[in-house]
Amino acid sequence: MIAIKSIPDFSLSPHIDQVGVEERASRFTKRSIKNESKINGLKLALNMIDLTTLEGKDTDGKVKQLCYKALHLHDAYPGLPTVAAICVYPSMVKVAKKALGDSGVKVASVATAFPSGQASRDVKIRDTKFAVNEGADEIDMVISRGKFHMGEYNFVFDEISAIKEACGEARLKVILETGELVTYDKVRRASDIAMYAGADFIKTSTGKIQPAATMPVTLVMLEAIRDFYYKTGKRIAMKPAGGISKAKLALHYLVMLNEVLGEEWMNNQWFRFGASSLANDILMQLMKQKSGVYQGADYFSMD
Amino acid sequence: MAKTVKNNTLKLKFESSRNLAPAPESKSAAKISERYDLFIDGKFEKPLSKKYFDTINPATEERLAEVAEANAADVNKAVEAARNAYDKTWKKMAPKERAKYIYRVARMVQERAREFAVIETLDGGKPIRESRDFDVPAAANHFFYYAGWADKLEYAFPNRQAQPLGVAGQIIPWNFPLLMAAWKIAPALATGNTVVLKPAETTPLTALKLAEIIQEADLPPGVVNIITGAGATGAAMVDHPDINKIAFTGSTDVGKIIQRAIAGTNKKATLELGGKAANIIFDDAALDQAVEGVVNGIFFNQGHVCCAGSRLYVQESVFKTVVQKLKDRMESLIVGDPMDKNTDIGAINSKQQLEVINTYLSIGQKEGAEMYQSSCSLPKKGFYCRPTIFTNVAQSNRIAQEEIFGPVLTIQSFRTDDEVIEKANNTPYGLSAGVWTDKGSKIFNMTTKLKAGVVWANTYNKFDPTSPFGGYKESGYGREGGLHGLAPYLNLV
Repeated sequence: MIAIKSIPDFSLSPHIDQVGVEERASRFTKRSIKNESKINGLKLALNMIDLTTLEGKDTDGKVKQLCYKALHLHDAYPGLPTVAAICVYPSMVKVAKKALGDSGVKVASVATAFPSGQASRDVKIRDTKFAVNEGADEIDMVISRGKFHMGEYNFVFDEISAIKEACGEARLKVILETGELVTYDKVRRASDIAMYAGADFIKTSTGKIQPAATMPVTLVMLEAIRDFYYKTGKRIAMKPAGGISKAKLALHYLVMLNEVLGEEWMNNQWFRFGASSLANDILMQLMKQKSGVYQGADYFSMD
Repeated sequence: MAKTVKNNTLKLKFESSRNLAPAPESKSAAKISERYDLFIDGKFEKPLSKKYFDTINPATEERLAEVAEANAADVNKAVEAARNAYDKTWKKMAPKERAKYIYRVARMVQERAREFAVIETLDGGKPIRESRDFDVPAAANHFFYYAGWADKLEYAFPNRQAQPLGVAGQIIPWNFPLLMAAWKIAPALATGNTVVLKPAETTPLTALKLAEIIQEADLPPGVVNIITGAGATGAAMVDHPDINKIAFTGSTDVGKIIQRAIAGTNKKATLELGGKAANIIFDDAALDQAVEGVVNGIFFNQGHVCCAGSRLYVQESVFKTVVQKLKDRMESLIVGDPMDKNTDIGAINSKQQLEVINTYLSIGQKEGAEMYQSSCSLPKKGFYCRPTIFTNVAQSNRIAQEEIFGPVLTIQSFRTDDEVIEKANNTPYGLSAGVWTDKGSKIFNMTTKLKAGVVWANTYNKFDPTSPFGGYKESGYGREGGLHGLAPYLNLV
């Protein structure tokens, strides 16, 4: 563990120029990813997915099916990687853990009164501990956006620290819910708070609010991670979530990751996609690369 | 050779981001003839000089075509054609009819955008991404914009009578061949002048393609004449007694020669010459976006940009951070085959220019500045230069004073606003400048005090046909673009 020497004044977090950051983000979409770069990129993206189901109607059966899919994405294509993790509600952690066994696929659980985060700290800590005790490898918490908008950065900071402590060995993903923060300046500030408070990952969205992940928002967060790394030498992972359902867009994100943080971040230890339907589009593209023709959606399992 | 850096800051690794699978643009879109003649009086004519010269692809050193070399007699023929067209058709034509021709050219440039982009990249070495996304669309936009002005000159200059000058002799550089042709031809035609245009000898092909379009567009013969050749051809144009106006974009040295040559004549002139622009980053700026702006400012078109932000001034409190970010950003730049869609920095335009740049690299090191280059590998053949920055630079260093016209940036620190204004203005040039700050009032303060024709705030190298462009001091005089770009082609009575 690398000790952080001093906590900065978060009201002085760097400002972001909206025009500049959106222009830069659009540049990554101009990269032309072909042939072996494309195949490698698609496989890597597949391996970075947190396959997600976060619904009120989730059942043991649904979660088990999803876990099976995680391990056998498309057996018609030999040698495919698995996804990185399954992301579920705390009550489903045990089921997922059992279904995944010792496959190496992680179980991530949302916690802290997901998605609104409008609960007492005590409830949030118990929510987190419950998920960890059920066997969650990773915890996806939400920050208190209301307190953040009120300028109570210390509250937000302390809450993240408390949850981090409750996580024990589990890695902590901190969801900023950027769609509710609205400006890039606030996204940057919230990223800084989360990283200094002990986040292992910073994550854009719950998937319940629009807009969810966008490329410029993710770029702002990647740049925050880079600055944190420059200052502390500590690596933080990134997870854009929601709205990434096409393989091409996933490749654009990987291009961005590769050009902002470099190749050391290009694995599922340091980058994840929170997505439910992305996997099938990637599979479809991979099969197309292999066979030269697109197959219909019915050839890929729906979950 | 890249020197090792002394400071022990953390470095990110970008090797894999530079090694993407090749994604080359197809050359099939471009039809390039074996040989090009002079475009005079609506026809391609063999040169009276009987001489031709080669134009090569600077990325591969392969010959693309041979191009006629116009001598003084050819220039005379072109000027006569232009004069004839001016007297007999163009000046008498109703302005809205003139506009239709210019619109037609604009649309045809758009229709053949891909062909233009490919030829521009093959002939000049710039990345296909830039010729596709910037050069060609911007050229078409210039024609569209000035077509709109043709029948509205009385509104542009209320209570004045706008009369064309006659024959304009236009000499353009090799950095943006098609775009510069559009910058020159569009306002001249809109204001009712006829044109003799000479593209640079290393990049004549897109101008000659434009000649083909002008022919297809049925523009009256002689309204636009495009002749090729080197310095001697240009000199014959400047000296020709029947040319009413010289429009020149190029080096300050040649600009001075032109200025001397036309002294005592009644030729009008606009000169758009060199630059050594200051790009200024204050400590309150959005630093990541500022670094991106610095990259666009100096590495766009391999730094072959007269308004390139070649002198970077960074407020001392953020100096280290900015340099660190810039170095990491430079590592992710892809240098190589200009035809590859992923290339960020293509080939240096000519062997001669590469030699100039390399000379400055050794001058900089001899002067004691610390050189840093991206660690990327360069293609074996062709003319290439790694993106380069110099730190530990003094204001008195030649690399900080003279225009290098390549991907070479000098970086100096400053403490106060007054100090940086003084340093930024401490140059014989005054074409452009950039200011990066989050504070609006500072932007206004800086823009009023920087002696530069264009000042960009929180962005860099942004161009639009509606916006005038031109310099102070040795960067030339006269404005091109926008409403202001009409006046130099008119007698206002």
